[in-house]
Amino acid sequence: MFILKPRKSVPLSLTLLVPVVAIALTLLMGGLIFGFLGYNPVEALYEFFVAPLSRPDQIGNLLVKACPLIIIGTGLVFCYRANVWNIGAEGQLVLGAMGAGWLALSFPDAQSPLFIFAMSVAAMVAGGLWGAIPALLKIRFRTNEILVSLMLTYVAALLLDWIVRGPWRDPMSFGFPLTKTYPDAGLIPALILPGIGRLGQLHWGVVFAFIIAACGWFYLARMLSGYQIKLMGDAPRAGRFAGFSQSYNTMAVLVISGALAGLAGMIEVSANIGQLQPNVSFGYGFTAIIVAFLARLNPLAVIVAGLVVALAELGGDTAQISMGIPKVVTGIFKGILLFMLLAGETLTRYELVRVVRIKAHQTPAQQEES
Amino acid sequence: MFDELLLTVLLTSVPLILAATGELVVERSGVLNLGVEGMMLMGAVAAFGAASLSGNPYIGIVGGGLAGMAVAGVFALFVLGLATNQVATGLALTIFGTGLSGLIGAPLVGQAIDGLPSMTLPLLSDIPLIGVFFQLDIMAYLSILIVALTSIFLMRSRAGLILRSVGINHDSAHALGYNVLQVRFFAILFGGFMAGLGGAYLPLVLTPHWAEGMTAGRGWIALALVVFASWQPWRVSIGAVLFGGVTIMQLAGQARGWTIPAQFLSMMPYLATIVVLVTISGRGRNVFGAPMHLGKRFFMTR
Repeated sequence: MFILKPRKSVPLSLTLLVPVVAIALTLLMGGLIFGFLGYNPVEALYEFFVAPLSRPDQIGNLLVKACPLIIIGTGLVFCYRANVWNIGAEGQLVLGAMGAGWLALSFPDAQSPLFIFAMSVAAMVAGGLWGAIPALLKIRFRTNEILVSLMLTYVAALLLDWIVRGPWRDPMSFGFPLTKTYPDAGLIPALILPGIGRLGQLHWGVVFAFIIAACGWFYLARMLSGYQIKLMGDAPRAGRFAGFSQSYNTMAVLVISGALAGLAGMIEVSANIGQLQPNVSFGYGFTAIIVAFLARLNPLAVIVAGLVVALAELGGDTAQISMGIPKVVTGIFKGILLFMLLAGETLTRYELVRVVRIKAHQTPAQQEES
Repeated sequence: MFDELLLTVLLTSVPLILAATGELVVERSGVLNLGVEGMMLMGAVAAFGAASLSGNPYIGIVGGGLAGMAVAGVFALFVLGLATNQVATGLALTIFGTGLSGLIGAPLVGQAIDGLPSMTLPLLSDIPLIGVFFQLDIMAYLSILIVALTSIFLMRSRAGLILRSVGINHDSAHALGYNVLQVRFFAILFGGFMAGLGGAYLPLVLTPHWAEGMTAGRGWIALALVVFASWQPWRVSIGAVLFGGVTIMQLAGQARGWTIPAQFLSMMPYLATIVVLVTISGRGRNVFGAPMHLGKRFFMTR
């Protein structure tokens, strides 16, 4: 019989090896599934992971897809480090988009270059408040934040659906469920690279995604309150003895991750869509969970992880066109990747130890001898 | 008119009853499987494929259940064998199941199958009002039987007591000599089979074709339903009719020009679940028999 025994220390090589092995196994298994279902596995892997990068402008599109994943993933790292299981980032993203949209639609004549920052604040407040609901219920009533944040995701999606079909619908939209377009000051401009010009859909939000991930790393690794978050996750009892408050911690991480998800929602709309519509996200809030795990809960690694997962997303788009398979098929790769990462997490923190079951008729001393 | 409406409500609630009853047993054993949506989609595509290949919808039922069970087996391997985080593993299962069902189903799009025939019971079905309860199909009748059997198993049998004790405290159950992993393994497989059946109901009865993501969030509603029912099998069936009724009420309401937006009706199951969660969490004593170790990892000691 095997049991899982905690390792005394985790070798660095194992920490670095796990994501690499996980990605390799994901490609192998994904390819096998395609082969088993009668597709050419090499062609499938090519369409998913190589073809998307065959044109330079696609690098820009990759960064654009990674942008919300990096921002939300950074927020989720805070939660998961604190052992708080926010899985409602998708809903917090939607609320953020609505918060920013409310400002943009209220001031159609906005001109100030600072307007976009005001929208960012609105988005973060709205997303943060939506994240505060499961925190509040957990602190006050000890409800399970997993279930509450999940349920709120669907409530948020329905709220957005109602608001763009009802009160905020543009009367001139010919019956389409769309709001008025945002004023120019409420849009995020394309990022013009010196010497290259536009690169796909690349926009300024991507730069902020990198900055946010770096700040997240600094906060967790170098600041006392970041240490508090990690301590309350790893050893809540020790943390309480040190005078840290579990309630405060739960609230803080859920508000931070909610605010960041909200910001990601605002960036998605302001950079890519320019108005509110029933769907503003393609499940980024859920996909970012994979990103957080792939990054092994390190905000700097979230950048790389975000790019890797974004490649699978982009590959889904490519394969939809070239192979005629639905976009959701990329979930095969994303799902296996998450499975592999979770298994890797267990195997880095624990070792499989073989134990001999003590038989009822043996005394422990006899057991030692045998 | 009312009969037709009631019949539609009942049909809408069947997949919810099936999937939620399965998840209820899983959660009672202390495991939170967020992969219901993925297992339902696998069940739906397998049921459609099997029924389409064999020309026999009854084979579709079996195929759907087995497909759900197969992917649940993968989930079990990870959360039991490697003690991985249940929440994240369940999400991985949903993401994986959505993708794999999309790939398997890609060549099936546009095909049609013969659905399950309705089995109208003579005489009983002629009773006014409650007659619709006897105009259903075999899976609908079976779902009620399964709820009854699950209730008896959980509440009246020794094995059910062991399963519940594993969910309430896995360390104590282990210390008493019960095989926690084995109990949970069978519970997860049962949950997968039931989610597969729930998914199978969609192409076999509700809409006789396959479309990617055709469960349209029913897996998440089933999860909400288990909590809403505070882990009691009979309440699941009542809740499923309520939740199914909400969907139908929107359509009926729209036709009559109600002023409540449909989206607010759709929110009700989720909001009601949060209210139930708050109500049952605040109590000091575990009056509802909630699985206290729900979602916690179990590490085997000697």
